Amino acid sequence: MALADSDRELVEEELGREPTPAEAALFENLWSEHCAYRSSRPLLSAFDSEGEQVVVGPGDDAAVVALPTGEDEDDVYITMGIESHNHPSYVDPFDGAATGVGGIVRDTLSMGAYPIALADSLYFGDFDREHSRYLFEGVVEGISHYGNCIGVPTVTGSVAFHDEYEGNPLVNVSCIGLIDDPDRLVTAQAQEPGNKLVLVGNATGRDGLGGASFASEDLSEDAETEDRPAVQVGDPYTEKLLIEANEALLDENLVESARDLGAAGLGGATSEMVAKGGLGARIELDAVHQREPNMNALEILLAESQERMAYEVKPENVERVQEIADRYDLGSSVIGEVTEGNYVCTFEGSEVQRASEGENGEQSEPQGRETVVDADGHFLGEGAPMNDLPAEEPTESERDLPDIDPQDAFETVVASPNTASKRWVYRQYDHEVQVRTATRPGDDASILAVREAETGLAYSAGADPNWTEAAPYEGARAVALENATNVAAKGATPLAAVDCLNGGNPEKPDVYGGFKGIVDGLADMCETLSTPVVGGNVSLYNDSPSGPIPPTPTLALVGTKDGYDAPSLSLSGEGELVVVGDLSLAGDAETRLGGSELLAQAGGSDRFPELPEDPAALVETLAAVADYDSTLASHDVSHGGLAVALGEMVHEDVGVDVELPDTLALFHEQAGRAVIETTDPEAVEDAFAGIAPVTRIGAADDSGVLSVTVDGETVSATAAEIADLREVIERELA
Amino acid sequence: MTVSVLQFGGSNCDRDTVAALDHLGVDADLVWHDDGLPAETSGVVVPGGFSYGDYLRAGAMAARSPIMADVKEAAENGTPVLGICNGAQIGCEARLTPGAFTTNESARFQCEHVHVRVENADTPFTQAYEEGEVIELPIAHGEGRFEIDDDELDRLEDDDRVLFRYCDAEGDVTEGANPNGSKHNVAGVLGEHDHVAVLMPHPERVSLPDVGITDGQGVLQAFGR
Repeated sequence: MALADSDRELVEEELGREPTPAEAALFENLWSEHCAYRSSRPLLSAFDSEGEQVVVGPGDDAAVVALPTGEDEDDVYITMGIESHNHPSYVDPFDGAATGVGGIVRDTLSMGAYPIALADSLYFGDFDREHSRYLFEGVVEGISHYGNCIGVPTVTGSVAFHDEYEGNPLVNVSCIGLIDDPDRLVTAQAQEPGNKLVLVGNATGRDGLGGASFASEDLSEDAETEDRPAVQVGDPYTEKLLIEANEALLDENLVESARDLGAAGLGGATSEMVAKGGLGARIELDAVHQREPNMNALEILLAESQERMAYEVKPENVERVQEIADRYDLGSSVIGEVTEGNYVCTFEGSEVQRASEGENGEQSEPQGRETVVDADGHFLGEGAPMNDLPAEEPTESERDLPDIDPQDAFETVVASPNTASKRWVYRQYDHEVQVRTATRPGDDASILAVREAETGLAYSAGADPNWTEAAPYEGARAVALENATNVAAKGATPLAAVDCLNGGNPEKPDVYGGFKGIVDGLADMCETLSTPVVGGNVSLYNDSPSGPIPPTPTLALVGTKDGYDAPSLSLSGEGELVVVGDLSLAGDAETRLGGSELLAQAGGSDRFPELPEDPAALVETLAAVADYDSTLASHDVSHGGLAVALGEMVHEDVGVDVELPDTLALFHEQAGRAVIETTDPEAVEDAFAGIAPVTRIGAADDSGVLSVTVDGETVSATAAEIADLREVIERELA
Repeated sequence: MTVSVLQFGGSNCDRDTVAALDHLGVDADLVWHDDGLPAETSGVVVPGGFSYGDYLRAGAMAARSPIMADVKEAAENGTPVLGICNGAQIGCEARLTPGAFTTNESARFQCEHVHVRVENADTPFTQAYEEGEVIELPIAHGEGRFEIDDDELDRLEDDDRVLFRYCDAEGDVTEGANPNGSKHNVAGVLGEHDHVAVLMPHPERVSLPDVGITDGQGVLQAFGR
C-alpha cells in the first residue's frame, strides 16, 4: 500500500513541495484507517463519553475514570483501554496475540497507571476446523505467555466461534490500570518547548515495518507468508522491566508526558504527543538506540519494535531518567526535544552509509545531517480527510424455525463450543497474580478488590457474533445490555465502558451498513444505561477471500460495588428460582430465537428478541437484588438462553425442577435477564415491580439433576452429564 | 528485623508476598537483587514470577546472581528462606533444595486451586497445620513438575523432608489429584535444614481474607516466629 494519490496531493499542497520518502511513509501510516479512523470517525460521534466520573475521555492512550469514593477520601482513578490485534494474530497467532497484550499494557503505563487486569475477547472460525484450532491454541498461548510473564492477571473475556471468522480471527484485548494518586496521572500531551524526548526500552530494529497500513487492508490469500515481516515479536521480560521502570519514574515525578510506541512506531508516538500539545519537535533519528547496524531514517522512524516508551522529560531530569532505565537493564536515548515549530526529524547516516556515498567518514560534517521530515504536527496527526461511504441498511431476518426436539436441542446447545466451559482457556491465564481477584473467571463478571478505594470492581467483556449478524443494531444493543447485566448479576452497577468495533471492508455498502448498525446500537444502549463509552478502538478491513466477518462490537465494561463479595453462580439447593427481565416468559413479548445458539447449530432464522423497556432501572435493581441476604445464587442469562444458564448453575449436589411455557422459552437469548435463587421471591417481585417482569419457574433441590418441563415433555440431564457436555473444548484440545 | 522479599527483573509476586506478610504483622521489604541482601535480614522470600523471563531455564539465571550467594550464606547461618513458585525453581537451581521443577505434564501453563496434604507439620513453614491436614492452595505455573532421581527421593522421604503433596479433597494422594505430573505428587520440599523450603503453590495468594480463603497464612507465619 502506498500513499493514495488524493492524499499525496493534499500533502504536497500543505508542504508546498514533494514529500520526502520518510514523510510519504509517515503520512501513509498515520493517515491509514488503523490510525486515523477515516471511515469510522464520522460514526463515532454517536457515543456519549461524558460523565462526572470521566477524567480523561477518548483520544489518549487510555481513558481515565474516577472510582466512587467517600467525601473525605482522595480520588482513585482507573484507566481503561482496548485494542485489536486481528491481522497479526492471523499471520502469527502466538506473537500477534502476545504483542496485543504488550501494546494495551503500555497504553496503560503511559497514563501513569499500574496495570491490574486484562480481558480478552477472541473470535475464531468454526471450532471443528483444524485451522481455527491452530489459531485458537496459538492465540491463547500467546496471551498466556505474555500476560503471565508480566504479572498482570487475565481475569475475564469471551471466546466465540463462527464460520465467518475463518479467514480473519479477532483478538481484542482490554486492560484496566490503577492510579492510586491523582498526581501520578500523565497524558500524551506534550507540555513545554525545551523539554527533552527520551526513548526508553527495547532497542529499535527493522521489525514490524508498516504494521499500521497492514492492519488497514484486507487479508490476502497468502497473508500468512507474505505479511509475516509486518508482525512483531514481543519480549514480556522487557515489558515487565518497563512496568517497573515506569513506576519508578512516576514515584520521582520525572514524567511530563508519555506515549507508548505502537502503530507507526517512533514517528507515530512523538508526532502525536507534540500535536496534542500544539507544539513541534526536533528529533535526531540517529540518536535512537538501535539493535542492528545501518538502519536508514525511514526504518528508525517507523519500525514497530515492541516494548518502547517515549517520555517528555525536563532537561534537569534527563540524567535521572536514564539512571532508572539503566537500573532496570533498559536501553534509553535522548532523541530530541519539544519545540514550538514543526515536527522535524533529521538524520545523519552511519560511516558505512556515508562511505557508500563516497564520503570518508568525517564525523562532524554538518552537511552530513539531512532533514527527512519537516511537517506540521497537527496536520500529520489530524489532517487525514474522512471518508464518506455509502451504507446499505441491513435486512431483518424473518421467522423460519427448524423442528426442535427439546432434549436434543438442550444437548446440542450446552455442548456447543460457544456456550461450553472456557476453563481450558482461563486455566492458562494467571488470573490471580496481584491478589485482587475476589470472583474468578468462569462467572458472569470477575470482581477485583480495589483496596485503594475500598471498591469492588466488576469487569465483563465480550460480544456475540450471532446476535450482531442477525441484527446489527439490536444485537449491539443486546451486547451492551448483556455486559451490564453481567456486572449487575454480581451486585455491581456500571461505571464506564470501552469498545472495540470490528468490521469488514467498509468500502462494501452492506458491510458498512452493518458496521454503522453496531456503532449506533452500542452507543444507544450505553447512553440508555448512563454508561459513558470513554474510549475504544476500530478495526476495519477484517475481510478475507472467505468474506467479511460479522460486525463485532466487543464491549469491555466495568462496574463498582461496595465490598468484594458477590453471590455465587452455583445453586445452593435451598431456594426458589425466579427469572427477572424475561419479557416472553411473562407474556409481554413474542418469544424469538433470532441470534440464538440453537439456530446457529440447527439452522433457520428468526427475528431478534425485543429488549426490556427500561434497561437502566433493570440493571440497577438487579445489582441491588443480587446482594440481598435472601439471594442464594445469581446468574446472567445470555448465550444459549436458560438452557445454558441453568446447566451452569447445577452441580453434583444440586439440581433444578423447572417448568416453562414452551420450548422456545428455554433457548431464546433476550439480553437483560438473570436467574435468581432466592428464599424470598416476593422481595424480588417487589423490587422489580413496574421495572421488569419476574417469573417464578421452579425450585432448586438436592437431586443433582436438571429437569425442565416444556410442552408436556421433560428435558432431563444429570450434573455429571452436563459437565461432560460442557467440557468439549478441554476434551478436544487436551 | 525485616524479611527481605527479593526482586529480580521479572519477579511478579513480590508485592503480593509483602502484602501477605504485612497482613500477618510481619515487617517485609522489597529488595532489588542488585542492591544485595541487607545485613539485618530476618528472613528471605524468593517470590514467584518469571525472573529473567525464564529464558534459558526457569530460575537458572537468577540462581546464579550475586544476591543468591548472600541468600545461601544467610541460610547457612540459620535465616529462614522460602522459595515460592519461580522462587522454588530458583531455590532448586541454586541447590538450596534438592530436585528440580520442570515442564508440566500438560505442557501448558496451569492456574487453578488444588489441594495439598501437609506431610511434615514439624517445620517452621507447617507448624500452623496438623500432619495429614488438607489445605487449598492456588498454583500458577508452566514448569512445576517435581523431578528428582530415585535415590535422592528415597533419602528425601526417609528424612521427612517432603512438606506438601498434591492430593484430592479427602487427602488421598492420587494420580488424578496431581496437577503437573510431579514425582510422588511432591508440591514442596525442605533443604538440608528445616528453615529452608520451596514450594510451587502460592500461599501468599490465599492469605488476604478479603478475597477468599486464607489457607496459605500458616506457611508465611514461619517469618513471624
